[in-house]
Amino acid sequence: MPAPVPDRPATSDEAALQARFDATIAADHRIEPRDWMPEGYRKTLIRQIAQHAHSEIIGMQPEGDWLLAAPSLRRKAILLAKVQDEAGHGMYLYSAAETLGADRADLTDKLIEGRQKYSSIFNYPTLTYADVGVIGWFVDGAAICNQVPLCRSSYGPYARAMIRVCKEESFHQRQGYELLMTMMRGTPEQRAMVQDAVDRWWWPSLMMFGPPDDDSPNSAQSMAWGIKRHSNDELRQRYVDMSVPQADVLGVTLPDPDLTYDPDSGHYRFGAIDWTEFKRVISGNGPANAERIARRRAARDDNAWVTEAATAYAAKHAS
Amino acid sequence: MAHEETVYEALDHAHGGEGQWAFGTGFDEPLAGVDTTVPEGIDPTDLGVYCLMLGDDALVLAQRLTEWVTAAPELEEEVAIANVALDLLGQARLLLARAGSVGVLGRSREPATDSIPDEDALAYFRDPDEFRCTALVAAPNGDFARTMVRLLVASSFRLAVFTRLRESRDPVLAAIAAKGVHELTYHRDHAARWLVRLGDGTEESSRRAQDGVEVVWPLLTDLFVPTDVEQRLTAAGAAVAPSAVRDEVRDVLAEVIGRAALRLPEWPADTPPRGRVGEHDPELAELLGTLQGLAREHPAATW
Repeated sequence: MPAPVPDRPATSDEAALQARFDATIAADHRIEPRDWMPEGYRKTLIRQIAQHAHSEIIGMQPEGDWLLAAPSLRRKAILLAKVQDEAGHGMYLYSAAETLGADRADLTDKLIEGRQKYSSIFNYPTLTYADVGVIGWFVDGAAICNQVPLCRSSYGPYARAMIRVCKEESFHQRQGYELLMTMMRGTPEQRAMVQDAVDRWWWPSLMMFGPPDDDSPNSAQSMAWGIKRHSNDELRQRYVDMSVPQADVLGVTLPDPDLTYDPDSGHYRFGAIDWTEFKRVISGNGPANAERIARRRAARDDNAWVTEAATAYAAKHAS
Repeated sequence: MAHEETVYEALDHAHGGEGQWAFGTGFDEPLAGVDTTVPEGIDPTDLGVYCLMLGDDALVLAQRLTEWVTAAPELEEEVAIANVALDLLGQARLLLARAGSVGVLGRSREPATDSIPDEDALAYFRDPDEFRCTALVAAPNGDFARTMVRLLVASSFRLAVFTRLRESRDPVLAAIAAKGVHELTYHRDHAARWLVRLGDGTEESSRRAQDGVEVVWPLLTDLFVPTDVEQRLTAAGAAVAPSAVRDEVRDVLAEVIGRAALRLPEWPADTPPRGRVGEHDPELAELLGTLQGLAREHPAATW
């Protein structure tokens, strides 16, 4: 097997382009679609943005499972609007990937064939309506911690997409928390539902930040390129610090006996994460992996004739 | 810290205070602050039943369209279908709230549901035979072509009714109609464009579109025959008799079917109203079972 081609300019022209790219990154300015960029930068971005887009689209499913059964019309409207936002986020992100030369249909095929990943959190099932609230609070909360720094990502289209996405995610998080607040003021069964959902989603939400820094091979290069701004562990800590006081206000217990406040650092210390489970789920063996992909595949395959028809119609009527 | 990184903190700060962390709690019912007095000469019971007819059509069609979420042909269509469903859900909420405000709840209200809003008492705690929707909206989706044919027919009918209903002597109904006209114009346009695309797309899409038309057309049979309630309310200037929009709807449908290069089936003969008086096929009970299940499991809960 040949050694990978190093990200090093081969000619003096490329050396000048590389120098300009490096200067743009160093000055914390944005790289735009028509700018020259190293192939590794382009590939890393496509992989990251596609994975993010896939997560939005697959992420419609766990909550979408409750759309038809939402327990009030107001909750139904809120959830429908939220799931619709996620479809919109997916569209933005696929478009951002397309500015790098990727193709949405091709990326979707890669998702369905298991050649690209999505956030492993969406492989857990939503067992009760409290899960809708907890997904908003935890999953969207963690997504915000991950994504707010991406508003300063070095790639312009991605950074700009993230600004709008983050505003909507912030709203989503609040709707989740508001649902949980309402449920905690409800019947004992509702309060038990909330605690049960918290117990099931807390640890998977901590895994959303990815492997620990000493086991995250791509992180250093992404940081150097300004694609990533904070390490996985930094972001995870920020999320824990944010969530603990919110859990207190809500009146639920986070399922971690080792969770304690460390006055010296000002941070909450938390217990060990089960990375074996993370690896099991991310490699396709979580509770709902097969179901998530099967549904995405069905949406593509069962409706392929619609896309073909629209394409044929457009071709007939192209002037 | 760069300003983007403060988006989250800024929101938190602006809406800070512990109990207020989740801003936007404490929602009002859809008609809060609206004068819901029924004008003289309009029978409140009739008005309530009429609002159920229009509200149930919207609620049930919204539920059917929601079945497409995560299963639509393209992401653009995910967004579009969710939009249409949200519009209809919004119309349903207003209409059910209006029905509640004129006292239609009497029969359905159980003590356990006293604390829940009228719109939810009506949507979640009525049995199928108390629903007043037509078979047109209750029928299963079928494939994407049939879904679009049904949406075309349902939105053409509803738009024609709402356009006239803007002049209703009930100001609440008139306002709901005025808002809905803009939404329904988009729904009809969206469905019509798809039908033209499918009819003039590939051989398969044309066949599927034609099949959709053949399945949906018989559902027109009792759409235009007014019930006694509609007749009385129309005479009182509060409602629109469905018979008054028949020609307009027929013309719209004929035009779209023609442009889509499809065959226009014969218009079905009128039959007495069924759905409007609470007679439904079993598929409505199935749809409502899903919609109502969780709420009925926890009648004392607040959501």
